[in-house]
Amino acid sequence: MTLSATSHRARPQVPAVPGEPLLALRDVRMHFPAAGGTRAAPRTVKAVDGVSLTLHAGQTLGLVGESGCGKSTTARLIARLLEPTGGQILYRGVDIAHLSTRKLRPYRREIQLIFQDPVSSLNPRHTVGTIIGTALRTHRIVPPHREVARVQELLEIVGLDPDHHGRYPHEFSGGQRQRIGIARALAVRPKVIVADEPVSALDVSIQAQVMNLLEKLRREFGIAFVFIAHDLGVVRQFCDRVAVMYLGKVVESGSRDALYGTPMHPYAQALLSAAPNLATTRGAPPRARIRLVGDVPSPVDPPTGCRFRTRCWRAEDRCATTEPTLTPTAAGLNTACHFPERLDPSWLEVA
Amino acid sequence: MSYETSAHDEPYLVVRDLRVSFPTAAGPVEAVRGLSYSVPLGRTLAIVGESGSGKSVSSLAVMGLHDPRRTRVGGSVTLGGQEIVGAPESALRRVRGARAAMIFQDPLSALHPYFTVGDQIAEAYRAHHRVGRGPARARAAELLDRVGIPRPRARLDEYPHQFSGGMRQRVMIAMALANDPKLLIADEPTTALDVTVQAQILDLIGDLQQEFGSAVVFITHDLGVVSEVADDVLVMYAGRAVEYGTADQVLARPLHPYAWGLLESIPALTGDPVPLRPIPGLPPRLTDLPGGCAFHPRCGQRERVLHGRCASEAPDLAPRSSEQGRLSRCHLSHPELIFVQEILPRLP
Amino acid sequence: MASAVAVVVATLLISFVLFFVAPRDPVGAVCGAKCPPERAAEIAASLHLDDPVPSQFGQYAWGIVAGRTITSGGTTVECAVPCLGYSYKLGQPVTALIADAAPVTFSIVLGAALVYLVVGVANGVVAARRRGSALDRLTVGGTLVLSSVPYFVVALVFALYVAGRVLPPSQYTSPLASPLGWASGLLAAWITLGLVNAAAYTRYSRASMIEALGEDFVRTARGKGISERRVVYRHALRAALGPVTTIFGIDLAAQLTGAIFTERIFGLPGLGTLTLNAFAQNDMPVIMGSVLVGAVLLVTLNLAVDLMYTVLDPRVRLG
Ligand SMILES: Nc1ncnc2c1ncn2[C@@H]1O[C@H](COP(=O)(O)OP(=O)(O)OP(=O)(O)O)[C@@H](O)[C@H]1O
Ligand SMILES: Nc1ncnc2c1ncn2[C@@H]1O[C@H](COP(=O)(O)OP(=O)(O)O)[C@@H](O)[C@H]1O
Ligand code: SF4
Ligand SMILES: [Mg+2]
Ligand SMILES: [Mg+2]
Repeated sequence: MTLSATSHRARPQVPAVPGEPLLALRDVRMHFPAAGGTRAAPRTVKAVDGVSLTLHAGQTLGLVGESGCGKSTTARLIARLLEPTGGQILYRGVDIAHLSTRKLRPYRREIQLIFQDPVSSLNPRHTVGTIIGTALRTHRIVPPHREVARVQELLEIVGLDPDHHGRYPHEFSGGQRQRIGIARALAVRPKVIVADEPVSALDVSIQAQVMNLLEKLRREFGIAFVFIAHDLGVVRQFCDRVAVMYLGKVVESGSRDALYGTPMHPYAQALLSAAPNLATTRGAPPRARIRLVGDVPSPVDPPTGCRFRTRCWRAEDRCATTEPTLTPTAAGLNTACHFPERLDPSWLEVA
Repeated sequence: MSYETSAHDEPYLVVRDLRVSFPTAAGPVEAVRGLSYSVPLGRTLAIVGESGSGKSVSSLAVMGLHDPRRTRVGGSVTLGGQEIVGAPESALRRVRGARAAMIFQDPLSALHPYFTVGDQIAEAYRAHHRVGRGPARARAAELLDRVGIPRPRARLDEYPHQFSGGMRQRVMIAMALANDPKLLIADEPTTALDVTVQAQILDLIGDLQQEFGSAVVFITHDLGVVSEVADDVLVMYAGRAVEYGTADQVLARPLHPYAWGLLESIPALTGDPVPLRPIPGLPPRLTDLPGGCAFHPRCGQRERVLHGRCASEAPDLAPRSSEQGRLSRCHLSHPELIFVQEILPRLP
Repeated sequence: MASAVAVVVATLLISFVLFFVAPRDPVGAVCGAKCPPERAAEIAASLHLDDPVPSQFGQYAWGIVAGRTITSGGTTVECAVPCLGYSYKLGQPVTALIADAAPVTFSIVLGAALVYLVVGVANGVVAARRRGSALDRLTVGGTLVLSSVPYFVVALVFALYVAGRVLPPSQYTSPLASPLGWASGLLAAWITLGLVNAAAYTRYSRASMIEALGEDFVRTARGKGISERRVVYRHALRAALGPVTTIFGIDLAAQLTGAIFTERIFGLPGLGTLTLNAFAQNDMPVIMGSVLVGAVLLVTLNLAVDLMYTVLDPRVRLG
């Protein structure tokens, strides 16, 4: 772990935006009704349980964590495809958490969602031109006579042949379909794109192509991204800031270099140590080796106190009674842990 | 690990010029086009490649699992000297699950939803041992315990959907181990799992191999995983091996431009982030393979080869470096030099 | 379970509204078109036609759970639980009429189901295993031909040329009196209704089986080295039966209609015959009663299928 917080970046850093964030989640909760409850004692899946995040214009925020920790639910909340059961979603200072569908319309345009599965998110019976054109028309982006030209322009931007606007989604490969989804999101000139595992279903070489495309959009159009991926390397490549989620909560968040360089939360440490790192074959020092035991508890009855305590090797009595909150622990890092600690790389076997 | 060995101390698994094709309405699809490799007992060979490169199809052929009515399999596969290609079903049945076992990518769909985990493991054991239900059940419990499932006896009577993803994959592994196979084929066993669970499963497979000394074929598309598990690596592209060598050699000093492209597509977890340099274009369709080197339309090095040979002449899989046992399918004459001078400095 | 009860209550309400509130002429139905006015008034009173509608409904519903006394033209009938009214046309309580007819319908539905499930699934499995072969194409073609012939044609052909010649003549004997007589009397009806449905079930099971044979867990089973027969019948068929059961459940309503049709053509005294006669004679208490019992029958069968599904699939059983 040789990363320093001042490491040189391959692309120009977006300047930190002072003042009002573009998007802020304040203690957002999404509790879904679960089977087996009664009216008196309803059981709920606490998919997202008190998440606070901020995103500034042009920034990229990465969300990582194990399957089921609430990443997609958070994404759908930000895009307001779900109405939260608690908390605020502030977009340019306006709370959009409970706006009606009609009042949401302008926000729907500015916040776009890209999905993991490029197959099921495109209507198979519509041509690519129709799919993108519909987005243009719904939000009256261009006058009707300019529509086809704009569709072709968008296809060009995402690296597809502009003459293919009459083709159907099944005539494209997985990576190309993902580009179509990106063109559709781009069509309405969004300020924020929420990308839920946009490259997870793609092969590495294609994944890198799509990542470079997203990078270009971010640079050329200044779009802010909430970027979800389970591949930690992919998130590191793309994001300025990263939040690690566990069981519906953010357990650690901060600048990319701080989080990947000196994580303080034991879960973040375990996650990073579990990811195979190819750079070690080229001489990078090996990481600490932490193997978590057991499974993630059910989000219906999360553990009391700190949710990670059932799998944590640092847990003490206090962890069962008091829930830790996100507090600054190192430069640019907020950690929700009673015993935040830098991991000594020489511990090659923990837990 | 040279892939040519003399007959008397032959590696346990030897695959020679394996060809698999599927007759379709649009003509035969050749998914595997002359694949050769070998794996001795106690070693792990990782097969890497993008989806559709023929990893699964070739492994199913090793297990004799292709439907003969819908598949043409050619070449030779020997397991401890016994030929698999063209063997009668009855002979294959004695091999499958006994001397060779396989685990798959998605443990939920690979386990039967209607039978208990205990039943499914016991069935694998009883397929090759004449024992009653009692001893088979005891064996199943022992196996669950071995793969690290707590309270194995109680969990025998549960169904796959009652297990988590990682636990299901452990069940699959337990089932594969039922008859102490000499060859274990793992087809992307961790692709559907979270990294933390993946780490547990990789450790488990590594431990088991140490213990039983079997030959392991580990299929993956993730070079990171290769670095954790493999002794030897075979890189596949469009149904063929394009590079072969030990894991250290292939990951640290690959010879083939396709392998270079893969390395330049993978973001690193440490070091300074560098821009990704993806391989341009798409993998070829099997029905419409380019002539010459199958990789040439996407290859950044083809200008270096004289007389346009890349487009006209298919390269052989042959030694192209001073290192013993390394093979690459490329016309470039000094790949090591190009890698060290041009590619390596661009990697994170 | 709650939804099953709701279906029955809703049917009760709807049939009640249809026959009592709709502008028909219940008095005329009982007494005929040339009914003397004083007799008409008497009947109206006995039917409580002057009472408000909810109260009429209340009496009808109460009769089902507690029985009631029906007075008509000076005669008083004690109508025992579950009282579904009294048929003046046939001079019998509706409950008794239905109790005689329901077992016939029930027998036809069950027997036919057995035929089409066994024949359909067996054909489907064989065709799926040899997908693409001549046998498979023949099976698929045959089922398409059979399905495109209208059911009444098949039924008439069987009733006229098969029952009583190749097969024993159609008649209903209580299975309690003579199990053999019961089976032989219904055989023609079972085979007719069963074969026609078997065509559809062959196609369902073939599709379901093809899917199951391509499942990962079937590949896993083959990978264990067990016999191909065990792979097909224990692993694949077990999974293929799930979707077939679902279709069977959805299909049951249609099967009841088929059974009603079949009774009529084969002259069997089931619910269908009873109801169709009642319609012809405007015998409303019988119509209402049979509609209600039909609904109960359907709901019960659906519950049975749900139960079967639960036994079949542990994911449903164990949540
Ligand atoms: N509509 C819903 N009703 C009930 N529970 C839900 C619903 N949507 C999500 N959940 C539950 O909420 C939790 C979080 O789900 P979510 O999809 O956000 O996870 P995720 O982090 O995106 O996981 P993955 O990495 O697998 O995509 C899970 O336990 C999930 O089962
Ligand atoms: N039954 C089949 N019929 C026709 N083509 C097939 C069949 N099975 C696999 N293929 C094709 O063979 C190629 C190799 O597939 P596979 O070995 O599964 O790839 P992977 O390397 O991803 O495991 C793919 O192009 C696939 O579409
Ligand atoms: S043979 Fe030519 S095209 Fe193929 S990989 Fe080598 S240099 Fe590239
Ligand atoms: Mg998700
Ligand atoms: Mg595969």
